[in-house]
Amino acid sequence: MKARTALSGVIVIAALTALALLAPKLPLGSPTQISKDHALVGPSLREPFGMDDLGRSVLGRVVHAYRISLGVAVASVLLALLIGGPLGLVAGYAEGWPDHLIMRPLDVLMAFPGILLAIALMGVFGTGSLLVAGALAVVYTPVVARVVRAAVLATKIEVYVEGARAMGATVPRVVFAHIVPNALTPVLVQASVLMALGILIEAALSFLGVGVRPPTPSLGLMLSDGRGFMTQAPWMVIFPGLAIMLAVLGFNMLADGLRDWVDPQARAH
Amino acid sequence: MPLLLGMSVLVFGLMRLVPGDPAVVVLGFKATPEGVKALREEFGLDKPVVQQYARWVSRAARGDFGLDFRQNEPIGRMILDRLPVTIELTLAATLCAAVIGVPLGLLGGGRRGGVADRTALTIGLVGVSLPDFWLGIMLILGISLGAGLLPSAGWVPITESVVENLQSVALPALTLAISRAAVLGRLTRAAVLDVVQKNFVQYARAKGLGERAILFRHVLPNAAIPIVTVLGLQIGYMLGGAIVVETIFTLPGVGRMTLDAVLERNYPVVQSTVLVIGAMFMLVNLLTDIAYGLIDPRIRQSRR
Repeated sequence: MKARTALSGVIVIAALTALALLAPKLPLGSPTQISKDHALVGPSLREPFGMDDLGRSVLGRVVHAYRISLGVAVASVLLALLIGGPLGLVAGYAEGWPDHLIMRPLDVLMAFPGILLAIALMGVFGTGSLLVAGALAVVYTPVVARVVRAAVLATKIEVYVEGARAMGATVPRVVFAHIVPNALTPVLVQASVLMALGILIEAALSFLGVGVRPPTPSLGLMLSDGRGFMTQAPWMVIFPGLAIMLAVLGFNMLADGLRDWVDPQARAH
Repeated sequence: MPLLLGMSVLVFGLMRLVPGDPAVVVLGFKATPEGVKALREEFGLDKPVVQQYARWVSRAARGDFGLDFRQNEPIGRMILDRLPVTIELTLAATLCAAVIGVPLGLLGGGRRGGVADRTALTIGLVGVSLPDFWLGIMLILGISLGAGLLPSAGWVPITESVVENLQSVALPALTLAISRAAVLGRLTRAAVLDVVQKNFVQYARAKGLGERAILFRHVLPNAAIPIVTVLGLQIGYMLGGAIVVETIFTLPGVGRMTLDAVLERNYPVVQSTVLVIGAMFMLVNLLTDIAYGLIDPRIRQSRR
C-alpha cells in the first residue's frame, strides 16, 4: 500500500515534469497570446480549461506555469541542500562550539513562520522568480541543516562508524563513506516535503503580489487574476488551484512513501 | 530571550538591506534634498546603524515601535488595533482544526486498514496538499457568492455584534483550519496506532473493557502529547497563514497589515509587525512546551 503511494507520487511528479519541460512543444493554446474574441470563453473540447479575461488559454498557461512552480521549488531545495547540508554536517560531526556557532543563527531564521520570512525577504529584495527561489532557500536552509545534523548525530555513534574509525579511517573517509550515505534518506524525505511546500509558497507569494512578476505565467498569479472574474469565469480560479494541488499532492505522496521505506517500524504499521 | 534578540537583529538588519535611502523611498518623486534631510533627522536615520538599532529595540521592548513613515500614526497602536482580529482568527481556526482533525485521526487509527482508515488517510493527504488561499476562494465562490450564506469579506468586532462577528470569522477560520486539520488528523492516527500496540491496551482489552472505553480512557490520554505538540506547531503555521487568509477575506488583522506594508514599502511597519508575529510564534512554541508538563506527569517529574 505504501509502496503504491510512493509510486503514484513519482508518476504524478514525472508526468508534470514532462509536461513542464515539453510545454513549448506541445499543441496547446498559447499562454501569452491575447485575443479579445476569446475572452472568458468557457471550457470546450479544444480548450478544456477555458479562456481567461484576455483570451489566453488557461490550459496553456497552467502547463507553462508548472515550469515556474517546479523550477522555483527545485532551485530552492537544491540551494538549501548545498548550503544547509554542509552546515548541518559540520555542526553534527564537530558538536561543541562549531555546532553552536552554526545552529544558533539558524534557529533565529526558524523562529519566524516560513511564509512571513519569505514575504519580508521579497519585500526587501523585490519580486521575480529567481528571488522567490532565493527567499525559499533562506527559509529552507535551517530546516535542511537541522535534519542533516540530527541524522549525523544519530549515525556517528553507530558501531560500524566506530569500527571504521578503529581501523584507521581518516575523517573525510568516515564522513563521506559511512555517515553521509546513512544520512541521505531522511534528507530525501525532507527534500520531498520541501518541494511540496515550495510549490505552495511560490503560489501564495505570487498570489499576494510579492512573488513572480506578470506576465510570467504562475499558478498563484493566475489565481489572483481570476479572482476578479470568479463569478463569470470560475474556470479561471478552479483549474490553476487544482493544478497546484496535484503537484503538491505528488510530492507529499512521495514523501509519505519514502518515510515509511526509511523507517521499517512505520512500515510494520 | 537570546532568540528574541536575534530575531530583532535579523529583522532590523534585513530592513537596512533595502536598496536606496528609506527617506527617499517614502517621499518618492516629491523628494527634495531638504525634505529628505528633515525626514532622516526626524526618524534618526542620520545616526550610526548600531545606535539606530539600540534605539529601536529599547523602545520596541516597551511596546513603542515609533511612528509610521506615511500616516505618522504610532505603529504600536496600529498593531494593537489589529491584533485581536488575528488572535481571534487563529484561535477559531485552531478550534476548527482540532474539532475536525482529532476525530478524523481517531476514526482512522481506531481500525487500521479498514475503509474508514483508508478514507481518513486519503482525506488527510488531500487536505495537506490543499492550498489555503485557493480553498478560501472556493469557499467564497460556493458559500458566499453561490449560496449567499456567509459574508465573503469584512470584519465585525465582537463588541458590536457577537453573531455577526462569528459570521465574519467563520469562513476565514475554516480556510485556515482545513489543511492544519489534515496534518493533525494524520498525526493523531499515527499516535493512536502507536499507543494501541502497547501492553496496557492489550491488558485493558483482555480484561474485557469496551473498545470505546479503551479509546477514550487509555489510548487518547497517552496519544495526547504528540497531538498537542503538533497542534502547537500548527498554531504557529496559522500565524503565517493568517497573512494570506486575512488578505483574501479583507480582514483588518496584523497579517494583512504586514503585507500592505511590504507592498507599499513601509519598512518601519514591516519591521515591527514581523517582529510581533515572530514573537507570538515563539510564545506559542513556549506554551506548547509548558503544556507537555501539564499533560504528562513524567516530564514534570524529570524537570524538577
